[in-house]
Amino acid sequence: MSAPAPSMFSTAAQATAKGLGLAMGRSNLEVFADTLLALAQTDRQILAVTSDSRGSGKLGPFSQAFPDHLVEVGIAEQNLVGVAAGLARNGKKTYAISPASFLTARALEQIKNDVCYSDVPVKLVGISAGVSYGALGSTHHALHDLAVLRAIPNILIIVPADNFETRAAVQAAAAADRPIYLRFGKSPMVDFHDSETPFEIGTAIEIRPGHDLAFIGTGETVIHCLLAAAQLENEGLNCRVVSMHTVKPLDTHALFRAGRECRAVITVEEHSAHGGLGEACGAALLQAGISPRFRIVAIPDEDTVTGSQADIFRHYHISMEGLIQIGHEVL
Amino acid sequence: MTDHELKLKSIRYRRDLLQYIVLAGAGHTGGSLSCIDILNVLYNRILRVFPESWTDPCRDRYVQSKGHSVEALYVVLADRGFFPKSQLETLCRYQSPFVGHPTRKIPGIEMNTGALGHGLSICVGMAIAGKMDSATYHVYTLLGDGELAEGSNWEAAMAASHHRLDNLTAILDHNRLQITGRTREVCNTEPVDAKFRSFGWTVRTADGHDVGQLTDVLSQDPERGKPTLIIANTVKGKGVRFIENVVRWHHGVPSAEELDQALAELDAAEAALAEASE
Ligand SMILES: [Mg+2]
Repeated sequence: MSAPAPSMFSTAAQATAKGLGLAMGRSNLEVFADTLLALAQTDRQILAVTSDSRGSGKLGPFSQAFPDHLVEVGIAEQNLVGVAAGLARNGKKTYAISPASFLTARALEQIKNDVCYSDVPVKLVGISAGVSYGALGSTHHALHDLAVLRAIPNILIIVPADNFETRAAVQAAAAADRPIYLRFGKSPMVDFHDSETPFEIGTAIEIRPGHDLAFIGTGETVIHCLLAAAQLENEGLNCRVVSMHTVKPLDTHALFRAGRECRAVITVEEHSAHGGLGEACGAALLQAGISPRFRIVAIPDEDTVTGSQADIFRHYHISMEGLIQIGHEVL
Repeated sequence: MTDHELKLKSIRYRRDLLQYIVLAGAGHTGGSLSCIDILNVLYNRILRVFPESWTDPCRDRYVQSKGHSVEALYVVLADRGFFPKSQLETLCRYQSPFVGHPTRKIPGIEMNTGALGHGLSICVGMAIAGKMDSATYHVYTLLGDGELAEGSNWEAAMAASHHRLDNLTAILDHNRLQITGRTREVCNTEPVDAKFRSFGWTVRTADGHDVGQLTDVLSQDPERGKPTLIIANTVKGKGVRFIENVVRWHHGVPSAEELDQALAELDAAEAALAEASE
């Protein structure tokens, strides 16, 4: 058994990132908290509702700046979402912020009924999502959230890949008067978009063009797709990278283009292989009669391996090296 | 509106809800008859909620947590003019907006409820919003006693007193029955009063079928900084003897003969009431 990995990126991956001119940013979670604070400066209807999660949500500065705009309910996620729905039904721009694992499992019925079915514009913010909690284990992992929320009508699901997408997604969500799930990890993220990139909910971003292979990733996996694509380029393989930041509704236009124009499509997500991005893409491609070689890279339906987030990513091929290997297998 | 007029309304509501349940072939008969007097007093005497201005931000809020008793809510809303009563003929029919649990498709309904243990949390949120805005509205919810087994109620009860929500009143339809049998045998929720008091609530009780008592208790000022629970002692199926306190009438639908029998009993009650007032 190896010691906890120091980084999400191998030495080779770090060198590749450097070669691409990419720099390490902050965690998407911190960028979310900063963006919410900035929004609250001009919109006094914004409220953060927390379940003893202001620290893990990086909301210290928010709670200091706007103590009256943070509603604490204690460790009670069902109540968190119900209270958030009641606040939002009364005109408050409400962000219910809690670890993704608890928010979307414990309070799923409140999400389904009080937010989505009742059509109340709560923003549900799943923090430390996926396997962010690493070795704390499966109790704390959220590998089911995309699947369960995809099956519930009337909610948008947004999983930003980097700091830029996070800022843009939080701003776009604030302007959208409807239920939205935002999913953030807590690892520092390499920033790969420039500030001129347009961001629109439901429109995937093509980060890199290519025709041999398309990596379609979401959230914190996208950077690994980008690094793998850069390496495969050196072997003469021309790889497209798409950030599918909105998992629902899926950008089928970008997906179908990738499926038609590339020989293979590989989807990558920090989520169960069941019911997430990969199955969504696979079903859409199949029903459209588009059949590239296809592979889902995700966390398999098994007892998740113990380790840091980096260990778990590497174990399941969500790494530059792992995705290069999968790329070779598929082509 | 006098007590006498309210009592007459209660009888008519009972008649209506039974007829619509029979027409729909589905409904929660026992619970609707149990809470109808509470809804009568709320909508005709207490709530500042009016059909012509029901989205007014100043309106009182009512969220029916025990959503299965929706037939009671529908007939009261129809009577108050939120929609034409004839629309209730579509209850539970294909493509009807009148679903078998409350939905916002219907004017006057604040939230979609029906899964138990949701209303109180929603009302805590509404009451916090009211406090933040220094609004004058009051927030009400109706809970079932079987429903109190849902743990989310206790999360909400804790938060309500923590946030000092004296603009929140929960009414418990305390009929002591639930779908399987007696609440105290299924999973005892008693003593409800002591539990809520220990959670920091003011607890008051009333006969849940006495419109005068209900009016008095609902009109009392709250204790400063404390949410209020009103334990309304009720009889499941109240008003129709063969339905009263019989477990199978939780969602039993009367046959044509049973409906006739029930309506005859309600007609007799109405006649007796008219006679008593003369
Ligand atoms: Mg009961």
